[in-house]
Amino acid sequence: MASLVGSRVERKEDKRFLTGKGRYTADINLANQTYAIFVRSPHARASIKKLNIDKALKSSGVVSILTGKEIADDKIGGLIAGWAIRSEDGTEMKCPGNPPLAKDNVNFVGDPVAVVIAESLAEAKEAAEKVEVDYKVLKAVTSTADAMNGDTIHEGIDKNLCFDWLLGDRQKVKEAFDKADKVISIDIINNRLIPNAMEPRACVADYNAASEEITLYTTSQNPHLSRLIMSAFGNVAPEHKLRVVAPDVGGGFGSKINVYNEDIVCSWAAKKINRAIKWVAERSESFLTDIHGRDHVTHAELAVTKDGKFLGFKNETIANLGAYARVFGTVTPTYLFGPCATGVYEIPAAYTNVKAVYTNTAPVDAYRGAGRPEATYTIERLVEKASMELGIDKTELRIKNFPTAFPFKQTLVHTVDSGDYVAGMEKAKQMADYKGFEARRKESEAKGKLRGIGVTSYFEACGIAPSAAVMSLGCGVGLWESAEVRFNPTGQVTVYTGSHSHGQSHQTTFAQIAADELGVPIENIDIVHGDTDKGTFGMGTYGSRSLAVGGIAIVNACKKIVEKGKRVTAKMLEANPEDVEFKDGEFIVSKSNKKKTIGEVAFACYLPGVRDEMKSPLPEGDEPGLKETSFYDPSNFSFPAGTHIAEVEIDPETGQVKLEKYTACDDFGRIINPMVVEGQVHGGLAQGIGQALYENAEYDETGQLMTGSYMDYTMPRADNFPEFNIGYTCTHATTNPLGVKGCGEAGAIAAPPTVMNAVIDALGGQEVTMPATAEKVWKACKNLKKSNAKAA
Amino acid sequence: MKDFNYHSAKDSKEASQLASSSSAFLAGGMTTIPSMKLGLATYQDLIDIKNIKKLSGIKVSGKSVTIGAATKHVEVSNSKDVKKAIPSLSSLAEGIGDPQVRNRGTIGGSIANNDPSADYPSACIALNATIHTNERKIEAAKFFKGMFETALKKGELIEAIEFQIPEKSSYQKHPNPASRYAIVGVYVAKYKGDVNVAVTGAKSCVYNDKEMSKALSGNFSSSSINGMDLDSSEMNTDMHASAEFRASLVVTQAKKAVDAC
Repeated sequence: MASLVGSRVERKEDKRFLTGKGRYTADINLANQTYAIFVRSPHARASIKKLNIDKALKSSGVVSILTGKEIADDKIGGLIAGWAIRSEDGTEMKCPGNPPLAKDNVNFVGDPVAVVIAESLAEAKEAAEKVEVDYKVLKAVTSTADAMNGDTIHEGIDKNLCFDWLLGDRQKVKEAFDKADKVISIDIINNRLIPNAMEPRACVADYNAASEEITLYTTSQNPHLSRLIMSAFGNVAPEHKLRVVAPDVGGGFGSKINVYNEDIVCSWAAKKINRAIKWVAERSESFLTDIHGRDHVTHAELAVTKDGKFLGFKNETIANLGAYARVFGTVTPTYLFGPCATGVYEIPAAYTNVKAVYTNTAPVDAYRGAGRPEATYTIERLVEKASMELGIDKTELRIKNFPTAFPFKQTLVHTVDSGDYVAGMEKAKQMADYKGFEARRKESEAKGKLRGIGVTSYFEACGIAPSAAVMSLGCGVGLWESAEVRFNPTGQVTVYTGSHSHGQSHQTTFAQIAADELGVPIENIDIVHGDTDKGTFGMGTYGSRSLAVGGIAIVNACKKIVEKGKRVTAKMLEANPEDVEFKDGEFIVSKSNKKKTIGEVAFACYLPGVRDEMKSPLPEGDEPGLKETSFYDPSNFSFPAGTHIAEVEIDPETGQVKLEKYTACDDFGRIINPMVVEGQVHGGLAQGIGQALYENAEYDETGQLMTGSYMDYTMPRADNFPEFNIGYTCTHATTNPLGVKGCGEAGAIAAPPTVMNAVIDALGGQEVTMPATAEKVWKACKNLKKSNAKAA
Repeated sequence: MKDFNYHSAKDSKEASQLASSSSAFLAGGMTTIPSMKLGLATYQDLIDIKNIKKLSGIKVSGKSVTIGAATKHVEVSNSKDVKKAIPSLSSLAEGIGDPQVRNRGTIGGSIANNDPSADYPSACIALNATIHTNERKIEAAKFFKGMFETALKKGELIEAIEFQIPEKSSYQKHPNPASRYAIVGVYVAKYKGDVNVAVTGAKSCVYNDKEMSKALSGNFSSSSINGMDLDSSEMNTDMHASAEFRASLVVTQAKKAVDAC
C-alpha cells in the first residue's frame, strides 16, 4: 500500500466548503433564541458615572438588559492572562481586572458596558441605542513609545508597566560590545495589525434547565481551553456542566484563541434568562474588539568584527499590551519573542529586554507568528544593515554566521535539533536567480525605476510546547495534546483530536497520518474535533502545534492500537505476540505467514469469544473494544527555518512599490500534504507582505481607531502579489516520530523583513517604517534624489 | 437600518412626484445602502429608478456618447461602442470599485453623489459633458458644486450624461490602497485647440486644472507640465496622503495620462 503521507491528497473538507454546506456558528439557530447586542464604550478611557437602562427596557421586544453590576453581583470572573511573567527585578507582572462587562471604568473604544437581549436583532439594536451611559471622559494613553509617561490607566500599575523583563546576560553583552570593531544599531517599529479573519466572531449560548448544562457554540481555535478558562476563572459553570462547541471556523490567526467578553456574557445570561442567545459580530466590532497583533517599538544593536563575525546583540523593546493582558498577551512579547531574537545566527552574547505597557487600545495578543515575526524583523533588518555598512554581500554575511553543526545550542534558550541553513540559502539564491539581480536592476533603472533585493533567513520555535519547560517559565497550563482513535466493530475509524481546524485541513492531513499508521483506507477515517463533548481534552490550535504535537498524539494512539492488535492476533492465531508483525493493515505471524487484517482484529475485539466459525478469544488482561488514547507532551519545540528573497520595483514619482518576485525556500521537516503546505505558505506570505506594504492599525491621540473599516485598513488583495516561487529543503525533526516541524506561521514571520529589506535596498539604505506606503516611499525617493545630487 | 418605504417608479415623472425632503433616489445603492446600514443616513422613502427603461443604455453619435443614468459601470466598460469612441471612458469604468460594485453601481448614481474621490465626475469635466435631467440640461462645469453637492434640485432626476468625443484622452488613477477610490485621478482630454485636465480626489470637489490645461493646450506633451509645482493649500490631507503628496501626484498622473494619449 502506497504511503499517503507526502502526497497531494484532495481535501476532505472541500466538498462542504465549496458547496456552501459548511456549518459556522452564525449558521446555528436554536428554538426560541434571542439576540444580543453589546453596548460599547465610544471613549478610549472614561469612568462610568451613571448607566440608565430604564428607557431601553421599555423598548419593544426587550427580554433583558444586563450590566457590569449584575456580572459583579453574580461573581462572574474576568478575562485573564494565561502566562505569568516576572520582571528583571523579580517582581510579578501587574494585571488589572478585566470584567466581561465594565462596571466602573472603560479602557478602550469598544469595551462593553451592557448587553441588550431582545426577541429580534433589530429590536436589540433599537433598544441598545436607548441605553444611556454618562461617561466622565479621561485623557487616553495611546502611544506605545510614550505609554510609560502617560496618566496611570489602571489604579496601582505605575507607569502603565505590566512587567520589565530580561532574557540574557547584560554583562556578557557589554563585554562583547567592548571587543567589537563596529556596532550596527537600528530603531524600528513593528506596526500594529488587525487579524481580520474572514468569519467575524460569533456565539450562540443555550441553557438546559433540566440538566443544568450550558452549551456554547463559539468561534474558537481551542474549545477545551475555552471551557477550562470559563469554568475555572469565569465561574460560568462547572466544567462538566459546560459544553463548548467550535464548529466550522472561518480563520483565526490567533484572534480566536482568547475567551472573549461575549462568550462569557452570553453563556451566563442564557442561564439567567433560561433562553438561547445569539450574538454575531459586525465587521466594525471585529476591528474594534478582536485582539490586535504586533505593536512593538524596538532599539537593537549588533556588535560585529570588521570581517563580519557577530559578537553580541541587544534588543530593547516596548511592547503594547493594549488595555488588558489577555491569554497569550504576556507570553507573546516575552518567551515567544526573546528566545528567537538572535535569529539563525551564532551570537555568543545576547539579551532581550521587554517593557510591556498598557494603553487605551484594543488588547494585543498572539497573531500569526506571535513574537517570532517581531524577533525576526529586528534581527534581519539589523543584519541587512550590517551587510550594507560592512560592504559584505548580504547572503555571505549570513552564511558566515550560520551554525554548521546540529543540534545547535543557541545563546538564549533553544537547542535547535536539526536544520541545514546553508543548503536553504544556496537553494533560495538559485531559485531567485540572485546572481541575475544586477542585470534586472539595470533594466529597471533604464525605465526610471528603482529596484531592490532583500533577503531574510529565519527560524522559528513552534510546535508549542514541552509542558515542563513552559510551566517553569510561567505558563498556566501544560501544552501537550491528546488524541483518541476509535475503531468501529465494522472497521472504520474515528479519530478525536484536541486540535482545532479553522482552515488548516486537519480532516485531510490527520486522516493521511492515521491511514498510514493503521493501513485503513482514508475514506474510512473521520477526524472529529471542536466539541468538548467529543474527545477527551485538547489545548487547541496555534503556534504551529497541531501537527507537531496533535499529529504525534494521533500517531501514538495508533501505535497503541497496533500493539493491542498484535496481542489479539497472536491469541487468535495461537502465536507469540513477539512474532506478529504489522504492515499495510495486516497482522502477520512471521513464522507461519498466517495473517489477520486490522478490520478482522477490530471485529474480534468487539466479539470476544468462540462460536462456530468465529474464533476471537481475547488475550488475558485485555478488555473488549478497540479504542486508544494518547496524551503527547513534546520533548522540545520544533524549529522550521528557511531563506526568503524578495525583489521590488519602485516608481520614484508615485512612491508605489511593486513586489516583482518572491522566493520562499523553507525547511518544514517532513511534509504530510504538499498542497496543504503550499496553501499555508501562500496565506502566511500574504499576511507578512500585508504587514510590510499595506496593513496598519492606527489610533488617534484620543484613542479612536482611524482604520476601523476596509475603507482605510488596507487588506492585501490577490493583485498585490506576484506568483510565489516556493521550494523546500528538508531535514527531519529528530524530536518527534514523524520528523515534522510546522508550516503555518513561516510566511508571516519571514515576509516582513524580506520585503522591507528589498524596499530599503532600492532606497539606497534609507529607513522607512512598515507599511511602506506610497507617500513614505515617495518622500524617501525625493531625499535619495537630493543626496545623489549632492554627491554628484 | 431603520425601516423605510420602498417604491419602484415606472417613469421619471412618477419618480419625481414621489420625491420629498426625506426621500432618496435608489439606483445601484452603492453609497445609499451602506450609509443607511451604518446609520449615517436615514430616509422615509427610497425611490427605485432602475426599472425606468429610458434611463438605461448607451447611444453613440458622430460627436458624442450618451449614457443613461441607470447604466451600470460594467455595461460602460464592456460596450464596444464606448471602447471605440472614447476608450478612456471604458477603462475608467473598468477600474471602479470591484466586480460587485461594477455590476450594481450606476453612472448617474456616481455623479449625483459627487464623492470627492469618485472617478466619473472627472470624466464629465474632461469630456465637456452635458447632464440631462428630467427638467433641463446642465453643463458639467456648472454641475459639481462642492463635496457631495451638485446643482440638482430636490426631485430632479438625472436621465443621461452626454460626453463629447475627444481627439485623444486618458484617465490615470493613483488609488487608495484600501478602498481603491482615487487618492488622485486625472482625466486628460484633447479637443481641437483645447485640452481639459480634470482632477478628482485631490480637493473637496472635482475641478479642471487651468494651469496644466493652458500648458498642454500650447504643447500637448508631458514635458510641458513636468516638474510643475502646484499649489497644495486647498488639497485634501488624510492618513493615506498629505496635500503635498497629492499635489505631486496630480502632476505625475497628468503626465502619465498625456503619455498614454
